[in-house]
Amino acid sequence: MDKLNYKSYRIEAENICVDYHGKVALYDANLRLKAGQICGLVGMNGAGKTTFFNALTGFVNISKGKIRINGESLKIAQQDQEIAYVPQSEGIDCQFPVSVWDVVMMGRYGSMNILRSPRESDIQAVKDAIERVDLMELSSTPIGNLSGGQRKRTFLARAIAQRASILLLDEPFAGVDIRTEKLISELFIQFKNEGKTILLSTHDMIHVREFCDLVLLINKTVVAYGETSEVFTPENITNTFGGMSPDVLFGPES
Amino acid sequence: MYGSMLFITNITSLVADPLSHEFMRKALLMSSLVAAVCGFLSSYLTLKGWALMGDAVSHSVMPGVVVAYALGLPFSLGAFVFGVGSVALIGFVKQKSRVKEDTVIGLVFTGFFALGIVLVSKIKSNIDLHSILFGSPLGISLSDVKQTVFISLLVLILLSVFRKDLILYCFDPRHAKTVGINVLFLHYLLLTCLSLAAVVGLQSVGIVLVVAMLITPGATAYLLTDDFDIMTIISVISAIISSVFGIYFSFWFDLETGGSIVLVQTFIFLFAFLFAPRYGIFKIKKLFSNY
Ligand SMILES: Nc1ncnc2c1ncn2[C@@H]1O[C@H](COP(=O)(O)OP(=O)(O)OP(=O)(O)O)[C@@H](O)[C@H]1O
Ligand SMILES: [Mg+2]
Repeated sequence: MDKLNYKSYRIEAENICVDYHGKVALYDANLRLKAGQICGLVGMNGAGKTTFFNALTGFVNISKGKIRINGESLKIAQQDQEIAYVPQSEGIDCQFPVSVWDVVMMGRYGSMNILRSPRESDIQAVKDAIERVDLMELSSTPIGNLSGGQRKRTFLARAIAQRASILLLDEPFAGVDIRTEKLISELFIQFKNEGKTILLSTHDMIHVREFCDLVLLINKTVVAYGETSEVFTPENITNTFGGMSPDVLFGPES
Repeated sequence: MYGSMLFITNITSLVADPLSHEFMRKALLMSSLVAAVCGFLSSYLTLKGWALMGDAVSHSVMPGVVVAYALGLPFSLGAFVFGVGSVALIGFVKQKSRVKEDTVIGLVFTGFFALGIVLVSKIKSNIDLHSILFGSPLGISLSDVKQTVFISLLVLILLSVFRKDLILYCFDPRHAKTVGINVLFLHYLLLTCLSLAAVVGLQSVGIVLVVAMLITPGATAYLLTDDFDIMTIISVISAIISSVFGIYFSFWFDLETGGSIVLVQTFIFLFAFLFAPRYGIFKIKKLFSNY
């Protein structure tokens, strides 16, 4: 196989399947993303969005298929800090006694020594990241004392501090106000211009239209995938959401 | 004047007299060391939600202790093997059956514990069931001291070296995995430390109560701070204080030592539960700041 051509994809998932204790959550899913692309992952609750992320981060093993990151195995991508993951809020313990600064510093752990003692460059990276999400004045606050939106930004800052080329974001817009929403979507555009690859799941159809180049519609498997303008059609959306009409989903003719 | 002098002399002798006994000095030192180890680990276990796991491991070491005594091996070796074995078995049964995790845990450790009790009754040796079940910090032998010091230092070193990784593992294992940190290793590291801490802890307070050493200090500290490092420090200090006071109380009033130590821990927790500045029922800080 032509190695160069192969390498041109940042993320390449081929026919991947994931099951939890024999119960299939995702099957025959394909995805190919290049540098500088933003892809929206859309599907109803339980469609397998988080599962897809779990597979791409290596948190669950795929039972079939292949994942390549920059043409290399997942393990190498992990060691090279290529992938950053921003969890869905349900996935973390908000009462854990760590501060914003601590969490963002965790983005640097992978490239630190065994004791994880921060170097000057790590401290700078953390500072920059916290500034970019506009949380500087809260940097020593325990995450338990943050609002939902501030917590989202904290985890986004961790991804920034990691300096990964691929960002996986599980519902980054869930439960944030308009101001934070604007800040986050502006960051996404900046990331895109920096050549990062972004895969984000969302329930907000407007966001997909606004800044996703590509869209991946899933319901345990891929229902449709391609350029947003071509694929994000009422028929496809209806199929993805089990026959529910798009009118119900985002109001009559938006 | 004379009265207060007498009072001070009394207090001094109350505190100092027990120290003239070799066994008391040894008990205080060893129990403080054990408390430091368990207290350190406690903040991880509390946050990871492994209280039941701690209970399981500490009960499961019972047959190991008995077998080791019978064979003349270091008791910590037998305990460790069975502690880790129980964890492996729990993992195996959980994976291979549809039974829920807490049920599996309860099932496995009671089985092991029962095996231990049966073994004690069958192997007629000089095993003191009472001291295994309820601890005997006042009767620690020299070889026990060596084992305890060795294991305690080992656990303290492991926990210090991997401190930040373990925090990350408890907080967000998915992120740890994503940045190439070996999560499986950390999982077994924490379980190993848990088994080892249970092994040394059971000398102080016995198998039945050792789980208190592993969760109460951490739970107390969790009510008092939002900073992991401070939480660990509070946890260690409260564990040491409990051990020292527990042993003194048991000396003064002739109480079962293990029970006395755990009871002091429980009272400290209760105090934090009621009066912790932010998370206590009465939130004393609020009272102060309002007036
Ligand atoms: N750890 C797990 N163990 C067993 N089943 C799981 C696990 N995680 C997810 N599942 C199942 O896999 C399916 C897909 O779940 P997933 O979390 O990927 O959905 P999702 O698209 O992220 O949903 P949501 O929009 O609610 O976040 C669901 O049926 C769920 O019950
Ligand atoms: Mg999800």
